[in-house]
Amino acid sequence: MAILTLTIDDQPVSGTETETLLEVARQHGIEIPTLCHLDGLTDVGACRLCLVEIEGASRLQPACTTRLQEGMVVRTNTERLQRYRRTIVEMLASEGNHHCAVCVSNNHCELQDLAYTVGLQYVRVPYLYPAKTLDATHKDFVIDRDRCILCSRCVRVCHEVEGAHTWDIAGRGIGCEIISDLKQPWGQSTTCTSCGKCVLVCPTGALFEKGATVAEMEKRTEFLRYIVNARQRREWNPDLLHEE
Amino acid sequence: MKPRLATVWLGGCSGCHMSFLDMDERLIELASKVEVVFSPIADVKTFPADVDVTLVEGAVSTVEHEEMASLIRRRSRFVVSFGDCATTGNVTAMRNRFSPDEILHRAYVELADGDPTVPSEFTTIAKLLPKARPLHEFVRVDAFLHGCPPTADEIWLAVSSLVEGRIPELPNVYQRYG
Ligand code: SF4
Ligand code: SF4
Ligand code: FES
Repeated sequence: MAILTLTIDDQPVSGTETETLLEVARQHGIEIPTLCHLDGLTDVGACRLCLVEIEGASRLQPACTTRLQEGMVVRTNTERLQRYRRTIVEMLASEGNHHCAVCVSNNHCELQDLAYTVGLQYVRVPYLYPAKTLDATHKDFVIDRDRCILCSRCVRVCHEVEGAHTWDIAGRGIGCEIISDLKQPWGQSTTCTSCGKCVLVCPTGALFEKGATVAEMEKRTEFLRYIVNARQRREWNPDLLHEE
Repeated sequence: MKPRLATVWLGGCSGCHMSFLDMDERLIELASKVEVVFSPIADVKTFPADVDVTLVEGAVSTVEHEEMASLIRRRSRFVVSFGDCATTGNVTAMRNRFSPDEILHRAYVELADGDPTVPSEFTTIAKLLPKARPLHEFVRVDAFLHGCPPTADEIWLAVSSLVEGRIPELPNVYQRYG
């Protein structure tokens, strides 16, 4: 595969055409903030936090879904991008009901971490305090849509890794919400295997284990890499390994 | 003349003020640096004029809070959102999914031990705004102290620079959100 060379933040870097700007940036120690991206899941470019400037392109592009091209000149941290990222976090904060002090994910939350990263002092857009729902019908887990930022990690892990496709996004625009099956209570879902992968990949306190109280819900996402790697290398199927 | 410091308690649990008291022996140093002209821990009835720094705890949750917020703004040089409820609404804003009527019914009827009646006159209970909101949605705010509550160290650092007329630049360890 051809090696492509390009510049990210004045640093010469190289990679292949199957790689994304985000992957190559991270390999070279350039940090771009992300939220919907998770190593092991397909990228969908939903949160727009990883937007970068590409010379010659009229629009900003998400680093997580943009493939390398020879000679690209990319900037990841301009004053404009910093401003946009801060605004995105402010809108995420105002469009949900985030009461961190009493949230299961307080101090272990990717949205909170991002708020520090972008230097959020306060939210300049008015808080909307939308009426969201909570579903505690599952025997082990709860979804609290007040804290959901619609990153769709739960949807993707359930579909791509567990193969159950319990979750989906219903509605449009600001009215979007995560639903189980055809908008049935999670506890009555016939597809959910209760594997808990969605809970572990959720970046906020929207999905959590029953019994977790304030600040107790720590998410672990490393498992995903192990599963995806093992699957790609077919480590779990002795017959297939033998054939190869 | 010493800088004039005020602290105000709006829609919060007083936890931020407790954290203020946690400054312990530094309060003695503070007392020598500033004049505390208004505070829930001082016996002063009306918010005075010409205040240099005002720390405001709590969300703006009642009509009285809203009036107080604008009075504070008119009479203070620096207004500080003191803690998460003032900054984001936080716990106080958890009531926002219900209407004031629903809340009063819950408190005075459903949970009443005896004589379940919603007070009809707002003489004894504060008149709730439709939603509890952060302070900066009502008045301009000059600095924000995050945390539920902010730590005593953080309050000390912020107040120390504010009374010298500087907006505090808090070290990153104090950066929080929510
Ligand atoms: S999900 Fe994160 S940002 Fe939202 S309330 Fe919980 S800790 Fe705060
Ligand atoms: S429930 Fe969690 S993982 Fe799913 S979309 Fe919402 S924030 Fe993302
Ligand atoms: S991480 Fe790229 S758009 Fe969300």
